[in-house]
Amino acid sequence: MDKPFAITLDPGSSLANRTGSWRTFKPLYLDRLPPCNAACPAGENIQGWLFHAESGDYEAAWRALTENNPLPAIMGRVCYHPCQGACNRQNIDSSVGINAVERFLGDEAIKRGWAFPKPANKSGKRVLVVGAGPSGLSAAYHLARLGHEVEIHEAGPYAGGMMRFGIPQYRLPRDVLNAEVKRILDLGVVLRLDTKVSNIQDSMQAGQFDAAFLAVGAHIGKRAFIPAGDATKIVDAVSVLRSMEGEDKPMLGRRVVVYGGGNTAIDVARTVKRLGASEAIIVYRRTREKAPAHDFEIEEALQEGVMVKWLSTIKQAGEGEITIEKMALDDKGFPQPTGEFETLAADSVVLALGQDVDLSLLDGLPGLELKDGTVQVNQNMMTGHPGIFAGGDMVPSERTVTVAVGHGKKAAHHIDAWLRGETYAPPPKHEIASFDKLNPWYYTEAPHMVRPTLDIIRRQSTFEEVQGGLDENNALFEARRCLSCGNCFECDNCYGVCPDNAVIKLGPGKRFEFNYDYCKGCGVCAAECPCGAIKMMPEEN
Amino acid sequence: MSFQPIKFYQTGTFTVGNRLLAPEERSVQASDKRYNSINSGHRACQGCGEALGARYAIDAAMEATQGQLICANATGCLEVFSTPYPETSWQIPWVHSLFGNTAAVATGIAAALKVKQKKGERNPAIRVVAQGGDGGTTDIGFGCLSGMFERNDDVLYICYDNGGYMNTGVQRSSATPPAARTATTMAVGSEPGNAFGQGKFVPAIAMAHEIPYVATATVADLRDLEAKVSRAMELRGARYIHILVPCPLGWGTASSETIKIARLAKETGLFPVFSAEYGEQKSALAIRQKLPVEDYLRPQKRYAHLFGKQPDVQVIAKLQALADRNIRKYNLLEGL
Ligand SMILES: Cc1cc2nc3c(=O)[nH]c(=O)nc-3n(C[C@H](O)[C@H](O)[C@H](O)COP(=O)(O)OP(=O)(O)OC[C@H]3O[C@@H](n4cnc5c(N)ncnc54)[C@H](O)[C@@H]3O)c2cc1C
Ligand SMILES: Cc1ncc(C[n+]2csc(CCOP(=O)(O)OP(=O)(O)O)c2C)c(N)n1
Ligand code: SF4
Ligand SMILES: [Mg+2]
Repeated sequence: MDKPFAITLDPGSSLANRTGSWRTFKPLYLDRLPPCNAACPAGENIQGWLFHAESGDYEAAWRALTENNPLPAIMGRVCYHPCQGACNRQNIDSSVGINAVERFLGDEAIKRGWAFPKPANKSGKRVLVVGAGPSGLSAAYHLARLGHEVEIHEAGPYAGGMMRFGIPQYRLPRDVLNAEVKRILDLGVVLRLDTKVSNIQDSMQAGQFDAAFLAVGAHIGKRAFIPAGDATKIVDAVSVLRSMEGEDKPMLGRRVVVYGGGNTAIDVARTVKRLGASEAIIVYRRTREKAPAHDFEIEEALQEGVMVKWLSTIKQAGEGEITIEKMALDDKGFPQPTGEFETLAADSVVLALGQDVDLSLLDGLPGLELKDGTVQVNQNMMTGHPGIFAGGDMVPSERTVTVAVGHGKKAAHHIDAWLRGETYAPPPKHEIASFDKLNPWYYTEAPHMVRPTLDIIRRQSTFEEVQGGLDENNALFEARRCLSCGNCFECDNCYGVCPDNAVIKLGPGKRFEFNYDYCKGCGVCAAECPCGAIKMMPEEN
Repeated sequence: MSFQPIKFYQTGTFTVGNRLLAPEERSVQASDKRYNSINSGHRACQGCGEALGARYAIDAAMEATQGQLICANATGCLEVFSTPYPETSWQIPWVHSLFGNTAAVATGIAAALKVKQKKGERNPAIRVVAQGGDGGTTDIGFGCLSGMFERNDDVLYICYDNGGYMNTGVQRSSATPPAARTATTMAVGSEPGNAFGQGKFVPAIAMAHEIPYVATATVADLRDLEAKVSRAMELRGARYIHILVPCPLGWGTASSETIKIARLAKETGLFPVFSAEYGEQKSALAIRQKLPVEDYLRPQKRYAHLFGKQPDVQVIAKLQALADRNIRKYNLLEGL
């Protein structure tokens, strides 16, 4: 014993005292489902790819994005971004510009020539995809990456479906579309153009296909009966837009009336204006609030000089003029005729009243179930006929590019399982990271970056793209506005705020771990986690 | 403001670290190599603000001195929960003496170091910190502290203010805020809780000594706290930092809310966060979102008597007036 005066023991460390035994609640790290992801019809892991974009690793971001959606440059232009409507950042200032960052990544990929990884294994199975619209392209992409041999049969002269023959160039430049289609074909997908499938079973037999995915869209313009003299030209919107892609531009005269209130009506009116019509007038039977077109699209059309007659129906089309009747909304919000008439000068009328599906290729297919002119599918996207799946505009659902892409992906997973005689069970969804799960104190105010818009003169006379993209700085800034809802972004808060040093930092990209030997279960980490990635659970006993 | 804010990196300056920042731009606490001056296994209550504040402050001082630090510690929770014989949580040279004489002990250590340095026996980089609770600082240790200030001894004194004698069962100290219930200021009678018009705010008294550095901080503003410790370590002579450390036990708050409560103390203006050099205010940490004092008081059981069936609007208004005075006096809305 050579200890100093009055000292009998060596100092011991408090590490001997395992304070973890005090715990009645236990913190757990978890991943919650960000609301943006939950709202994405294509099932993108938005928070996941923004995470990479935030650190400036755009290629990793693009790769994470394209795990689910092979068309980011297209999506970044035409998607109606329900993700942004769900984004938690709205409660702080305004939504993250997810769509703008997606476009930046898509454009960056085209610029840098990033390609998809070639599938590792070949399954030896052959799948026929009918239609090269977004749904067919998405299915082909996922099936190819899963190792199947894919052939797309497309009736038209180009791939893209409504992305080419519907959506005008001023919203989706064709070089962008071509680049993203080509990248899918580079996976080894075979595309047969001008190959209309007239009988699905014959085509499957002829090509010895093991399964098929149908995505023929909805291309037959709905007609409305309008008493008309011979002099008035009445055409449908889809054929007008389609002819924009050919040699001969549509001849509609100087005063064009468009009938309908959806996005197609808006696109036709804006197209007609660019073709030199002095007047492009939309006639719609209900009000602006009730119109199915998105308000921002109506706004853009109005800016370009498109005019709208709300609460009006076309009664008659005559020589160089049409008669419209004013409508009034009844108590239930339905338009009712008022008996008040007006005439409008018009050289032609374009009907934009929606589209029906051409189902002729399914004639006589056993097991098939149709409803309201669409094909019924089960939750696995399979029709009543085993091995034949369908998606996109031809099945009952919202008709958007994004939904179509989502259907293609979902169907591909189920087709893959079906070919192996199995069923595909998607991974269970995490609980939603709603705003109340976050600690907003930690986020700083950061204004939303706005994309540039083409000047109005060129918007009225050319088909140049209206909306520009973000540059790298803006895109990076915008990505960093993401709150990373429900998913650890390594801010070190839990590690810093633990009064017991019971959080272990595992290093960059590896997140953190609790040291339950010392964690007393106070819950400070969970309360101070900005993004809601820690949960307190009662201890077992 | 005592430090350069980082803008727009998702969480700006508010989080402990951030993977998007270069390591040198992160807080000391974000580093996996931080000193952990006070180790795991200490017996502080769940969610103890004092245990957290002490690690924040001493780790920052260790960082500033590259580990060349000696610490004197007053009796109080911090000493009792960290060092029950024969164990200790301290991973630094650490001395405990008595409840009331810590400033004097630290003065003695500083003097001894000076002598040893003169003789060339000691590294001149070694610095001294003294620390104690509000009871040990503002009450029983106050004479020693004032002496240390007026002699301008080369010591940084850190007071962990949890508004009472917590270690002995939550008795009132001269830092207990008005209206708060403690074991000795019960919530009974016509003016329940601690009396208005008594007690003292030691940071202001320290400023009156015109010592090189005086600052206040809370466990809710880590960057600010670390910047203040590191500024204090740049200076020589007597320095004083007063850190607000919520006590879940004494305040009657949920253990998970320690940081939130400290944040509310600052955001309401009830606890002014500022710094001063040689008796003059140099900085103020601006309130981000001004909140009524009620937001701070309501979650604490020590103020429960203010929120019975009828909220005691008069007392709440008096507390609001104190917050408003702080805001005016220390420029808390604009910041400095
Ligand atoms: C004018 C207009 C603008 C739009 N704008 C947007 C927008 O901005 N954002 C958005 O999300 N959605 C928009 N949409 C909707 C969107 O374009 C469609 O929902 C989407 O393209 C549907 O995809 P799909 O793959 O199901 O069908 P489609 O895109 O219609 O593709 C079907 C393809 O199948 C081919 N096909 C048809 N029959 C056969 C057959 N028998 N054999 C072989 N091939 C066949 C067709 O030629 C076509 O290429 C717009 C639609 C229109 C009409
Ligand atoms: C001279 C003396 N009187 C009384 C005590 C008993 N005692 C120990 S700790 C303490 C209270 C400490 O209060 P504070 O300094 O505020 O620290 P806290 O426990 O609140 O952190 C008291 C009264 C003592 N140790 N020595
Ligand atoms: S803040 Fe980020 S993770 Fe959260 S909803 Fe918005 S985009 Fe998604
Ligand atoms: Mg105390």
